This record gives sequence, structure tokens and C-alpha cells, in this order.
Amino acid sequence: MSVRRLAPKELQPESFAFTADNLAWAQKEITKYPPGRQFSAVIAIMWRAQEQCGGWLPEAAIRTVADMLQMPHIRALEVATFYTMFQLNPVGKKAHVQVCGTTPCRLRGAGELIEVCKNRIHHDPFHLSADGDFSWEEVECAGACVNAPMVQIWKDVYEDLTPETLNKVLDGFAAGNPPQPGPQNGRQHAAPITGPTTLLSGGINVSPVNANGPSLTDEEAKRSGAAANVQERPAPKPPAADSSGKNTP
Amino acid sequence: MIKIIVDGKEVEVPPEYTLLQACESAGAEIPRFCYHERLSIAGNCRMCLVELKGTPKPVASCAWGVRDCRPGPNGEPPEISTKSPMVKKAREGVMEFLLINHPLDCPICDQGGECDLQDQAMGYGVDQSRFAENKRAVEDKYLGVLVKTSMTRCIQCTRCVRFAAEICGVPEMGAIGRGEDMEITTYLEKALTSELQGNLVDICPVGALTSKPYAFAARPWELGKTQSIDVMDGVGSAIRVDTRGREVMRILPRVNEAINEEWISDKTRHVVDGLRTQRLDRPYVREGGKLKPASWPQAFAAIKAKLDGTSAKKIGAIAGDLAAVEEMFALKQLLAKLGSDNIAAQNVAAFDPKAGRASYIFNPGIVGIEQADAVLIIGSDPRKEAAILNARIRKRWRASGMPIGVIGDRADLTYGYDYLGAGTDTLNDLIAGKHAFAETLKNAKKPIILVGAAATARRDGPAILSLAAKLAADVGALDDGWNGFAVLHPAASSVGALDIGFVPGKGGLGAAEMTTAGGVDVLFSLGADEIKVPDGAFVVYIGTHGDRGAHRADVILPGGAYTEKSGIYVNTEGRVQIAGRASFPPGDAREDWAILRALSEALGAKLPYDSLAALRKALFAEVPHLMRVDQIEAGDPADVRKLAGAGGSVEKTPFKPVIADFYMTNPIARASAVMAECSRLASGQLLTAAE
Repeated sequence: MSVRRLAPKELQPESFAFTADNLAWAQKEITKYPPGRQFSAVIAIMWRAQEQCGGWLPEAAIRTVADMLQMPHIRALEVATFYTMFQLNPVGKKAHVQVCGTTPCRLRGAGELIEVCKNRIHHDPFHLSADGDFSWEEVECAGACVNAPMVQIWKDVYEDLTPETLNKVLDGFAAGNPPQPGPQNGRQHAAPITGPTTLLSGGINVSPVNANGPSLTDEEAKRSGAAANVQERPAPKPPAADSSGKNTP
Repeated sequence: MIKIIVDGKEVEVPPEYTLLQACESAGAEIPRFCYHERLSIAGNCRMCLVELKGTPKPVASCAWGVRDCRPGPNGEPPEISTKSPMVKKAREGVMEFLLINHPLDCPICDQGGECDLQDQAMGYGVDQSRFAENKRAVEDKYLGVLVKTSMTRCIQCTRCVRFAAEICGVPEMGAIGRGEDMEITTYLEKALTSELQGNLVDICPVGALTSKPYAFAARPWELGKTQSIDVMDGVGSAIRVDTRGREVMRILPRVNEAINEEWISDKTRHVVDGLRTQRLDRPYVREGGKLKPASWPQAFAAIKAKLDGTSAKKIGAIAGDLAAVEEMFALKQLLAKLGSDNIAAQNVAAFDPKAGRASYIFNPGIVGIEQADAVLIIGSDPRKEAAILNARIRKRWRASGMPIGVIGDRADLTYGYDYLGAGTDTLNDLIAGKHAFAETLKNAKKPIILVGAAATARRDGPAILSLAAKLAADVGALDDGWNGFAVLHPAASSVGALDIGFVPGKGGLGAAEMTTAGGVDVLFSLGADEIKVPDGAFVVYIGTHGDRGAHRADVILPGGAYTEKSGIYVNTEGRVQIAGRASFPPGDAREDWAILRALSEALGAKLPYDSLAALRKALFAEVPHLMRVDQIEAGDPADVRKLAGAGGSVEKTPFKPVIADFYMTNPIARASAVMAECSRLASGQLLTAAE
């Protein structure tokens, strides 16, 4: 972690406005919270603003979101600077590579992946490559230790990487043709690469068609680029008797 | 009440108490940085750790409720120790962590000598650091012209963030980043817009936020401290005037729960440099159109020469906003001896002392605001006219969500309100019950009808005052021992002037008549700077600063400012207070009552007192309640009812705010460079952010 500052003035767009779709989505997001608690939607809406701005959050967007939620600007800035998932500076247009650098990935060769990023993108994290298409950073555990080492690009994770396969993944992004997310070594999800070692027959997860085929089936494979946070859930009820009637700052 | 044992001593405390409060009620001292009794609880500094029997770790006493403590196995009361070795070790650990990143720059820090961290490091600090790595450094932030920052010293207690959001009502400060990189700032380093921001310096437990105008000016231990009363507004905040030699170095708040709690407004605090500049330090007499320095006898002779040919009916006196009761009393008696009834104070023409005290004071009292359950503000911007009182209204609004209605200017008051209308029409509607807010007031048990100067300073002021009194009577604001009729005077002298009857006598001229052409030939102006005297009148100005009044004067008699004389002031709620003398008037200037006494002798109308004590004795004989310092002589609600019957015709024009510029309301403030800078910043003439 280091001090995170807003991008310099010359990189900041003058203004920010949500697209009609995103605005409708944001309005709906606000209704998930009881009246007077609309601040709670700040992370979700700011995250959507970041997506709309190409992966980073300009100052104008922070201000717009704060105004939308009727919260003081500084409160929104606090959130934006607290969470490292909000990028305060422009990131690569084609890919912002988040390399997991936590222990399991390190042990499995994340250091080499970082070397690839350093050589291929920029020596320092959070800097754009010469063509402005790529940037990278080291992040804390992204929760795919069983497939270490891994990188996350936009919403997808690319796992079981080697320097070669990472280069291939980046080539795909450079060409505008991202590869299939998931393990890049032919392994299916977190299953053993050598094929199933247990539940070889009769288990509910064994493919009925071909016992020698993939050990697991996945009806709803994640598509590249699909938003992970789009879910249909009923709006929660307001808390019964609490202090929401009071005038908190 | 819950029983709890603190250091072996059993005490009973209310269940909503925190452990810290319980420990304090048992007499134990708990060190703290983030906890402040008037702010919400953050619990992030960990300095207040205590040992709670039965818990494996020390607990932060500021954030642990007494009702959350478990009793012992046999039902014994919970046991806390605040002095055990475990507690001491824990606090030493906290202190060591705090000091890891805190610079050792006490010798060049303005907080030195009055720093919480410094003091507590004496108790819990260790003599050396085990931290071999580099210390953190933080960029300083721009917060405006009053608060200087040294953010490397910040220990991130977030008191300032909570103060700005909760007390000031301007949620402009925040903590960006996280962990070690957390920084306190405003959004894009914009200047704060609160008129209470000076208090940030007081609540900062370290030297991260210090006073910009006072930077490197003095050390606390070299200052003489005088307890006094503020006169920048009608609230009369309790202050402490710090002087070095004869120079006032700074003004700090004193705790007075009845008035200002522990806050003061920026004007109160930072007007200090105005006490040094533009001062009148010798008498002047106008000769050939120009003011020329003169001696006291020359000045008196000039006045006598003018008065000798003037009929008593053509002599008048107007008292300004900063006049103390004593000098108004002396001036009143002097005018009486000269045979004139033309006396008036600025801006109180609407009030009549004979109508009873309840008709012109803030009857519910400032503390009474905390019991109110509805407030109607008529023709006032309390944020500018009485910032401390406004903070009290906000406090009550936050705690209870009470409805607030405003008739008059649509100003940002730092709390939400129903805007009802701009002028007297709305007031009449309310009385007729045509407005929804009338119902709110009627349903309220303790409503406050606050009448401000924007309503009463107009020509139809008495009629509006009567309407407000009628409304108060109608909605039951005068029943059951509650008197919700509240007049907010923006000036410190107003209530005192009314108390001693510094108003036109029978057939006497008021301030408005005196300042119309041909009104009076000789006008004594006791620091009245906000009046426009017509050409032709001979003005004797008794005041402190070369301001508007002095420019117009024909004879200037230099007086003492409020820090340079002992004087009685009566605040807007009718509380009698005495301002103490912290230093002396500059040069030949004298205390105002002494000037009037000397002048009276020169005029052959000698006032019968030779000392301030004798003057006060005469004053108390006439107005006994002024004797009861720090007390309020309560008004009689019946007087308000009588006032309600007075009636009168009102104009339909909207109420115009009386204070356009909060920082420029009196001669002292207008002489202050700091106030001028604040004013420029507030009006947008100065860049609001460091760029």
C-alpha cells in the first residue's frame, strides 16, 4: 500500500454522467436501501462508474456519485481512496493486470509473472505501457490459491499461469481476442490436472456420458466479461425500530 | 443504576454510561485522544484501555458500555482496574505505536506546552524508540486561513472529522486512504466554510491542526490568562484572554455549559489582531475639516464650547454594539444632567423596557433550546448572528429531529428546516392557523418562537414583535412554566441597554430620528459605527477604532476595547456577565466610563462617582438584577401576552438579513486582517483551495 492520490488535473475529465442504462441500474441500486440510508449504495454505484470510465474513477465521477446519493463529497472520496479496487489513475485501455502476490501464488511462481509484467508493460505498477493499452499492479489474495499463480484482468481470472501462458493471455488481450478465463494449463477448474483421483464412478458429479472425460460438468460456465455483481435479489426490508429517523450527519 | 467496581471502589452509574464515564465518576483518570464528550465515539486511539475482569484483553473504555459488562460468577458487580500493571503496559504499547510515526518536533510545535500527546507521553511514554525504520511523513493540507496544518503530527483520532460533521454541520473533513496512509483532509483541499472552525485547533489533541494567525506567536506558559466575556455577538461566550505584556495574543473558549459549552465562533477567537490595529490612542479634534491630535483638556474644551450654545433638546446619544452597561449608564446620567432625553442604542428601537424583561430577552435560555421540541425562526440567521446558539439548535435538532420553521431569508443554517415564507404574510398565516407549521407548533410542548433582528430592526419592528408574541401565546409557548418567546439580539450591548433604560425618554428622540437631518446638533456616539450621521451634527465619538464612526466624528475620545476594561454585559438571554480586563487601553486612551466622568466634570455636570466600584453601586441601586452576575432575571410570561395585544400595522416586504458579512460586524472585526481574509474567502474573492 502506498498513498493513493487522485489523478493529476490534466488527466481528469471535466465531467461525468452515467449512461441511461447505468443510471437506471444505479437508481434501482439505491432503492435496495431504506430511505435515508442511500449512502450504502456508494460502493456499488461507484464501481459501476469505474466500469463506465474504462476501469478507473475520475474525480468528476466521485463527485457525481456523491451528489446522486446526497452525501458530502468527502465521504465518497473517503470510500474511493479506502478501497484499492477503485483505481484513481487511468489504467490500460485493453487490460489492467492484477497479479496476485500473496504467499500461495508467490510460492507457485507469481514473482515470475510480475517479471513478465515489468518487462512487457512497465517497470512500475500503476503505470501505463508505452501504447497506453496495458497496466499492472500487484494485489493481495484474490481467492484462487488452488489455481495459483493467477492474474485478474477486468472481471475474469486467469489461473495456473506460467510466464509463457501469461504472455499468451496478454497477447490475446492485445489482439482484442481475450482467451477463455480460468486455468490456462488445460485443467478443469480446480480439479486435478491428472484427471480424477477419487469418485471415479457413480458419483453425482461424474459425467454420465464418458467416465474418462471431464470429471466435472459446469452448466453455467462464466462467460468472459460478464458482470459478477448482477444479481436479482428482493430489496431488503428497512430495520424495524432503529435510529434512522434521527438526523445523522 | 448499575453497580460497578472501579479500582476497588464501588460506584453506581446509569446503565447508558460508558466505562470511561463510569471510571471518571469513580474519580479515576483515563487518558484519551479520540474520545471527546461532545462528539460521537470513535474508539480508535486505544489510549483509554482498562482491564475488565473476565475479559482476556484490555478493553477500550470509551466504547464499552457499562450495561455490556458481565457480572461475576456469583453476581458480583463488574470489576474494572485502571491502574493495574496490565493496563499500564497496554497503554504504554499504544503510546509507543502512536509515537512511532509522530515527529519529535515539540520544540518547534505550536501545541507544545498544551499538547495531550506530550502530557500523556509523560505518563505512558517510554524513554527511547525501538523503531529503526523511517517515520511516515504526510503532506500538509490547506484548510483555509484559520487552521494551519502539520499533518505529519496527526495521530488520526478523527476528532476534527467528527467535529466538522457533527457540531459545525459542514461535513467537509474526512480521512482519505487507509492504514498507515490515512490522511485527514477536506475534499480537494477546499477551505472549510464553518464559522466554528477555530475550535478544530482546540479539539486536536496534538499539533496537527494549529492556529494560523497565532502561529509561532507565543508559548502558553508565558501568557497571562484573564477570564472574560466575548462581545462579538449577543451570546456572550465565555472566553479566556491570553496576554503577553499588554498585548492580547489570543482568545480561547472557557467551558460554560449554559452558553457556549466549550466552543466559540471564529470571530470571537480570531478578532485578536483587530485589537492592535487602527486603534485610537489619543483624543482628536476636527479643525478646519481635518482631525488633529489634541490633549484631553483640549478635546473637552471643544465639546464644552459646542454644547454651550446648544439647546438640551438638540443633544443626543447613541450607544454602539460593543458598549458595556457601565458606560451606557454613565452616558445616560450625563445626558440627563445636560437635560436631554435623546438616548438610544443601535438596533433596539423595537423594544420597550417598560413592557417587561420578557419582551426583549431570549426567554427559554440557550440551555432551554435543548428541551425545545419545535422552533420557529422569524427574521434571523442565527448562524451569522449567534453562531454558538446556532450550534445549540443544531445539537437539539440532531438529537431529537425537532421540526424547525424559518420565516425570512433562506440561509444555510447547517440543519434542515421547513421554509415557510419570506415576510409578515407568512407570520399572519401562521397566527391564523392557515399554515401546516402552526399545527406543529401547537402540538409541541415546548416550542420556541425565535425573533431575530431582521424582523425587529425594521420600522415596523414593534408590530412584528407583537405578532410574534401573539403567535407564541396562541401556540401555547407561554404555558406550563415554559416561555418560548425568544428574542435574539445580534449585539452584545442590546439587552444591557434595555435593562438600564438606555432608550429615548418621554418625548425624546430615537436613533432613527437622531440620525435624520436636523435631528440633533450634538451627538454623543458611544462606539456607534453602524449609523449614518447627517451633515451638520457635531459628533463626539467615544470609541476604540478608526472606523466609520471616527471618520465622521468632530471630537474623538479614545476608549478601551472589551479586553481593556472591566464591564458588565448582558447577553441575549438576559444573563449578566462581567468581562475582565486583560490589558490596558493604548496610549492616552482611557476606560469609557472614566472618560464620561472626566467629561462630565469639564461640562459642569459632574457625575457622582469617582471609581468603577462607585459607579456600579449607583448602577445596582437603580437596576438591582445587574448585581446578580451569571444569573438570569427571568421575565414574566404575562409581559409577552401583554406585548401580543400591542398590535400595530406591518409592512409586507420580506425580512432582509441584517448581517451580510459574518466577519465584518463591528469596528474591531473590521480592523482585523484575519477577519478581512476570512471575509474575502467566504465571499469567494480568495481562492478557496490551495492551487
